[in-house]
Amino acid sequence: MVKDIIKLPEGTITRQELTDLAKSQLLDKLRPEYQPAQPPARRWQDKVILGEIAPGSTVLDLGCGRGELLGKLIVDMGVKGQAVEVDPEAAMAAMELGVPVLNLDINEVLGDFPDLSFDCVILESTLQTLKEPLRVLSEILRVGRRAIVSFPNFGHWRVRLDLAIRGRMPVTPGLPYGWHDTPNIHLFTLADFMDWRAANEVKVAPGFALVDGQVEPLAEDSNISAEEVLVFLEKERPIGVGK
Amino acid sequence: MSVDGDEIKNVHGPDHPNSVGWTKAQKITLYEDEANPLVLEAGGKLTAIETEYETYGRLNDSASNAILICHALTGDAHAAGWDLEPSGSLREYRKKKPGWWDSMVGPGKAIDTNRFYVICANVLGSCYGTTGPSSLNHETGRPWGLSFPVVTVGDWAQTQMELLTRLGVHKLRSVIGGSMGGQIALEMGLAYPQRVGSMIILSAGHRVTTQGLAFNAVGRHAIINDPNFNSGDYYGGPQPIAGLAAARMMAQITYLSEESMGYKFGRRLRGKDSLDFTLTGIEFEMESYLSHQAESFVRRYDANSYLYITRAMDYYEAAEKWGQGDLTKTAALIQAKTMVVSFSSDWLFPPDLCRELVSAMCRAGCPVSYVNIPSRYGHDAFLVETEAVRRLITIFLRD
Repeated sequence: MVKDIIKLPEGTITRQELTDLAKSQLLDKLRPEYQPAQPPARRWQDKVILGEIAPGSTVLDLGCGRGELLGKLIVDMGVKGQAVEVDPEAAMAAMELGVPVLNLDINEVLGDFPDLSFDCVILESTLQTLKEPLRVLSEILRVGRRAIVSFPNFGHWRVRLDLAIRGRMPVTPGLPYGWHDTPNIHLFTLADFMDWRAANEVKVAPGFALVDGQVEPLAEDSNISAEEVLVFLEKERPIGVGK
Repeated sequence: MSVDGDEIKNVHGPDHPNSVGWTKAQKITLYEDEANPLVLEAGGKLTAIETEYETYGRLNDSASNAILICHALTGDAHAAGWDLEPSGSLREYRKKKPGWWDSMVGPGKAIDTNRFYVICANVLGSCYGTTGPSSLNHETGRPWGLSFPVVTVGDWAQTQMELLTRLGVHKLRSVIGGSMGGQIALEMGLAYPQRVGSMIILSAGHRVTTQGLAFNAVGRHAIINDPNFNSGDYYGGPQPIAGLAAARMMAQITYLSEESMGYKFGRRLRGKDSLDFTLTGIEFEMESYLSHQAESFVRRYDANSYLYITRAMDYYEAAEKWGQGDLTKTAALIQAKTMVVSFSSDWLFPPDLCRELVSAMCRAGCPVSYVNIPSRYGHDAFLVETEAVRRLITIFLRD
């Protein structure tokens, strides 16, 4: 039985209020039209990353898509880049931009790269699609001095409403897929991610949130306000290692 | 590999705007100076090496648009267009078909002769115009036969680089090769890192597999044990045709795949509805195909060349040569922008072998592109999957 009063971290809500909300048309208006298999635009992450990468550094882009970001880094900033992309069409589009691409699954290739062989490893909007996300996280922190990870935040208020009140799998701009065709097999919230971070001696420096289309630094309430998250990760290493 | 086959589709005639048109082989004598012979990797020296090559397109003023194409085991310098005057019995087949990579090379094609100066040279030891066992040894006045020195992939890279120097090409825009040609391309990238801008390696790796060694051994066994072989001294007499045919039939199987054979021939009977229960005649389409391939091959190839060239492929082990057995150390020598392409059903140069080189480049910190094209066509895919290969080459050669 559902209790009459439901306690949420952000406050309480009565059962009647919940039912009213579920019935109201307001939520349907908030829900974007379902469009199958339209991957979310990632331009905002690219912009942030472009501003954070030093010219001439070495960058591994895992799941590079059509290679816009790494292509730019190579051409404009003299970065020495390597990309991995499993989709053949996207891989060829990336090669067209002059990006060296391994048309392979991320899990197949990470073992080929030596410890700390890149200044930076990028994993954009891919973590939630992986079979073994934690293994890949620890691998990218082995291979790179720094890792850049972005993901849709399942803790975003719109996601919570969709699931809690409408009782439907959430469809948002950051998670635009249907339950049946989503590549996102390991969804998680920013809070979940931060738990992993704390347990694994990984520091976030810096972190960004996409809030109502605006990029903001990560804040206390990001787990509910951030639609997508972008974090720069570094393994806490003993002094002198990895320099 | 299957230049004898019917795989070349959409053939462009010599007048087609995308054809390089009529071609004429060119000859050059390398290492003419007795004091500066080619020192062979396996020992011995050669001077006055006749080399046959073809070129398409024009070398630009800065000599920066040259592309070297390396042919496969039984290939030749005639990569594109139509031979204006096929001379000699081995070249009869050229009357019916264009060069072996006409699908890739020509004006407006993937290796665009409007943009690039394209060179293809016949390898040392072959029988298509470059000095080999069937050439006259000027000291004896007779064909070399098995007294021809053993040649290696390294020797091929060296002679082709010498040719490029003579043609005024100091740095290649790209070197491209499939199968054995891919081995030569890789060797060029390792031996001359400063002179190779980029390389495309199709269906090839830093060595042949143990299975590959075994296939080649069977081919040579058939030739050497042909009653007409006569220790390689058969020129002017009956040729070891049966042995060469058996070698080709076996090799042809390694160029296909179980799936492609099943798809193409299945168990269909050859020109009949029921079995004849014959031990010596042909029953199945598959048999007929192999014997047809062998027949046309023996008319166009020299058995001794087959021995020398398969041996060179056997001997090639880039990691042994360049990295004391360490492929990562070897890969670290590469400075060329590199693309490696394998085909899923290739069992002569299987994807896993091609991946070894790619992984080594990753370990060595060399950026590399790698694509494994899903294909049922086995090793022949690098010649047959023209659409995929055309796209990849076009993309890779874009500025």
